[in-house]
Amino acid sequence: MHNNADNKNDHEIILDNISFAYKQRNVLENVDLVINKGEFASIVGPNGGGKTTLIKLILGLIRPDKGSIQVFGKSPKKARQQMGYMPQYAHLDMDFPASVMDVVLLGRLKKSNLWFSKQDRIKALDAIDELGMSTYVNTGFNELSGGQKQRILIARALCNSPDILLLDEPTANVDQQTEKNLFSILKNLNSKMTILLVSHDLGFVSKYVKSVICVNRQVVIHPTTMINGAMIKDIYHGDLKMVRHDHRCSPKGHNND
Amino acid sequence: MIDVFYAIFDPDNVFLKYAFIMGCLASISFGIIGTFVTTKRIGYLAGAISHCVFGGIGLALFLQVNIGLTWFDPMLGAVLAAIIAAVTVGLVSLHAKEREDTIIGTLWAVGMASGILLIDMTPGYFNLASYLFGDILLISSKDLLYVACLDAFVLCLSILFFNRFFGVCFDSEFTLLRGINTSFFYLLLLILTALTIVLLVRIVGIVLVIALLTIPSAIASFYAKRLWQMMVYSCLLCLFFIWAGLGVSYAYSLSSGPTIIVLSGSAYLVLLIIHKLIK
Repeated sequence: MHNNADNKNDHEIILDNISFAYKQRNVLENVDLVINKGEFASIVGPNGGGKTTLIKLILGLIRPDKGSIQVFGKSPKKARQQMGYMPQYAHLDMDFPASVMDVVLLGRLKKSNLWFSKQDRIKALDAIDELGMSTYVNTGFNELSGGQKQRILIARALCNSPDILLLDEPTANVDQQTEKNLFSILKNLNSKMTILLVSHDLGFVSKYVKSVICVNRQVVIHPTTMINGAMIKDIYHGDLKMVRHDHRCSPKGHNND
Repeated sequence: MIDVFYAIFDPDNVFLKYAFIMGCLASISFGIIGTFVTTKRIGYLAGAISHCVFGGIGLALFLQVNIGLTWFDPMLGAVLAAIIAAVTVGLVSLHAKEREDTIIGTLWAVGMASGILLIDMTPGYFNLASYLFGDILLISSKDLLYVACLDAFVLCLSILFFNRFFGVCFDSEFTLLRGINTSFFYLLLLILTALTIVLLVRIVGIVLVIALLTIPSAIASFYAKRLWQMMVYSCLLCLFFIWAGLGVSYAYSLSSGPTIIVLSGSAYLVLLIIHKLIK
């Protein structure tokens, strides 16, 4: 964001004056946002602040009430094939009878093909391998631990070789070590694709990502080096617990004290 | 119980032979569609569809007797009502986010009630219990042909669109993002469910059909690791329950539908407890 923001060809996602209301309540208001190629950004903000809404707008799952969205210069619907998406963990039925391979292959669904080809299976295996889950190909999806399920869902998002990867709370319900591993995988993937992820944890994530997108009806994008107490206070409206939370986890929070 | 085996091959008991063949054919559609209904968790929608079927049967009887439309037989009324109900219920669940359960519950009750009222307004005696709880004595060779055709239809579509149905049941939102028309496949699934319900109402009746649709799949889900496995297990379990239920009901002169349901329901509860204890 901060290095080459002026080169228009690098603008992969452009939100222009977006507003979105749910049940008469404004979730997002007059939002402008530009995401550049190669970005690794974390979307943070309070619950109900519009983080998931922002992701769903970019994917074209919901339409804005006002404003326009362009992804690769196209409408979100038309750009879907170039986007990989990992939904929130709790969104899925964890008792569903499916193997790891079955789940990942969903990422290879195509309008034109009824059944999966050998090529589809190879791509799925590659994605599973990239996430270090090769030994679990035939394991039941519901037998995996929380962190393993997250990895499989990332593999599913990856197996169509997307240019943008969108992840909704990839670190929910996983322990610190698993979270660390996930982020080092994402860091590697970032050399090939733009990554946008929703996080509930500001301090920890900011160590790995290049920018932080703060969402609370308004949207503000900051390079991670600019994170300071005032910014967090602004987005969380001075919630004391949140400010202290950042203090504990982020050395940058201390530096700017 | 041994009597049952002799009775099946007794030429005077052709209805019993038909009932057993029906059980065999029915379990194919029940197992496949039941698996989709269970994994997609739309048992409630299937319940609403099956009760709306009663409205269609009532309308057909009303039109036949009062208006003189003799070609409008109850089966046709049931099929029409089921498909209309499936599409309505499907559209409601896709679009009415907040009041979904209220609307579906209303359709459920109104479908049933309108059937009763239409039959009230029709002169003559109708054996309501046979529609509500099933009656294997009513199964004819024509019914067997219908169910065989349904099996072929359900099997073809399920194999052809297996991956799409899988996607719709497991993660509809993600499937939509892959460019698949999920609303279409969801409605198609509901229409298949509706057709299955109509043709199989003969065995266990409108009230009990949902149990036979969901119980074998629920048991299968304890043991199946993949969706197609769950379908195979469901079909086999369904066959077992229908045949066992028929045998017991014949041997002890009980109603066949309720016997099948009590048998499968108790098996489910016992296995559920065992499954929870092991886990």
